[in-house]
Amino acid sequence: MKIAVCIKRVPDMESRFRISGDGKVVDETGLKFDMSDFDGYAVEVALQITEKLGQGEVVVVSLGPDAVQEALRKALSMGAARAIHLKADQVPRDGFAVARALAAELESGGFDLIMFGKHAMDTMSGVVGPMTAELLGLPNVSAVSKLDVEQGKGTARRELEGAAEIVEFPLPAVVSIDEGIARPRYPSLKGIMAAKKKPLESKPAQLDPTRLEVTKTELPPDRQGGRIIGEGAAAVPELVRLLQTEAKVL
Amino acid sequence: MANVLVFAETRGGDLRKVALEAVTAARTLADRDGGEVHALMLGAPGIASKAEQLGRHGADVVLVVEHPGLGNHSAEVAAATAAARAKEGGYAAVVFSASAQGKDLAPRVAAKLGVPMAADVLSFEKTGSGVSAQHPGYASKVVQTLTLTATPAIVSVRPGAYAPAANPKAGRIESLAPAMDPASARVVVKEMVQGRSGRPDLGEAPVVVSGGRGLRAAENFKLVEELAEAFGNAAVGCTRAVADDGWRPQSDQIGQTGRTVSPQLYVAVGISGAIQHLAGMRTAKTIVAINRDKEAPIFKVADYGIVGDALEVVPALTAAVRDAKKGH
Repeated sequence: MKIAVCIKRVPDMESRFRISGDGKVVDETGLKFDMSDFDGYAVEVALQITEKLGQGEVVVVSLGPDAVQEALRKALSMGAARAIHLKADQVPRDGFAVARALAAELESGGFDLIMFGKHAMDTMSGVVGPMTAELLGLPNVSAVSKLDVEQGKGTARRELEGAAEIVEFPLPAVVSIDEGIARPRYPSLKGIMAAKKKPLESKPAQLDPTRLEVTKTELPPDRQGGRIIGEGAAAVPELVRLLQTEAKVL
Repeated sequence: MANVLVFAETRGGDLRKVALEAVTAARTLADRDGGEVHALMLGAPGIASKAEQLGRHGADVVLVVEHPGLGNHSAEVAAATAAARAKEGGYAAVVFSASAQGKDLAPRVAAKLGVPMAADVLSFEKTGSGVSAQHPGYASKVVQTLTLTATPAIVSVRPGAYAPAANPKAGRIESLAPAMDPASARVVVKEMVQGRSGRPDLGEAPVVVSGGRGLRAAENFKLVEELAEAFGNAAVGCTRAVADDGWRPQSDQIGQTGRTVSPQLYVAVGISGAIQHLAGMRTAKTIVAINRDKEAPIFKVADYGIVGDALEVVPALTAAVRDAKKGH
């Protein structure tokens, strides 16, 4: 079982974000970065699959500047066998351009399964996985909260609003991983040492001109919060009155 | 001509509310240039009877695909059919819902058409250079304007961002064949697992009552359930901590790694208001917080706060809401 996991390096979401001088993007200088949350789950699920089957290889892939190698090394220290770095000055906001570059790399890799996190924590879009599947002509299953694979076949649970579906699909396939499926392991010291010697191949990403740009970034309008109307059950009548007369939601 | 194609979501033989929202959103774009809105819906035979609802909300044409193999949504068939129609119809834009179905479908259609897309947008409009859309990013701590310069412009609209508006149009029905045989889809739905019945879905409910660790024990969640019951139209959510502890299913989790909701009213019970949680609910119209700690960050975003023990305040609120509802 050969599994590719596509991962993204994103800023720590606990950060206080500043807007760049031109008002267009988030100024990412000085921020702490890590592998995006859902991508960590995907790496964990991939490792569990190869461990359960007792065979296979997990390859991690990331597109971006040299700094993404940190995220790749982290995945290697968790247990991935090797890493591919698709070098680009920055990650384009155009998910289709990213999917094209990934598909070009993954096409000839002979992967049984290509995994993504549900979405990256910075762009919160979740389009690259399904787009990559489409470009490779592979079945796609997104928002997977449970996954079983055997040779040639997969079964997954997908969360819908207020319901779920159980789907079956042939391999090779592309899946995107949702919350709750597996908690990513912490790299062990041994894993960290081993990761330093694992192969990490770096090559230029094949990026087309982008047709989706971020033209403005703003902090959301501050909520006029902070109004405490009282303490304990005694404040309930006033709350109900405000919900009826002021907010008009009751 | 600047017509807009909109994908109208169905499930279990009925239109979903997000379908009406998406048609409303598509209408705003089409009206700019006097274009038409064409709504595409797929389902098992009989689904055409729902087409008229789309007309009432602004669809000039409803393209109906009926097939016995489409009782369950098939993303492959929907993607192939939507992409084929989009190519043929020369649309300026294609609008989807950013629901579970639409989040999966829209990028496939975009890739088939060879264009990028703006996902999960709060609003969008035609601008000089293309279509610009507002999209929350960075754990919803910023709002970004994304500008699409490819044609068609593809967007998926966040559930709840557009309120369905009555806007009666012809709603002329045209039937359409699926662009591929549903029997040849590779991903096959084996089983649909229904959630708790009788409650609106988190993404669609006008009121969401949500609980956190401040409830102290799983069994106290029944207070949250009862409050939701009193509102009558409320869904129940929870924080990540509570889902991780197994008090509630992961699918109820609201936040950065869970569901994002934009209800009219959000009641946060025993929730401190970690960034992780705020990312999933800060766009609610009105926020009520009940928490013992008056320094809790949830009070900074709450329109109305009550400092107090959830176990004491919630039953009183439940009784008061019941009374208020009776008075109507």
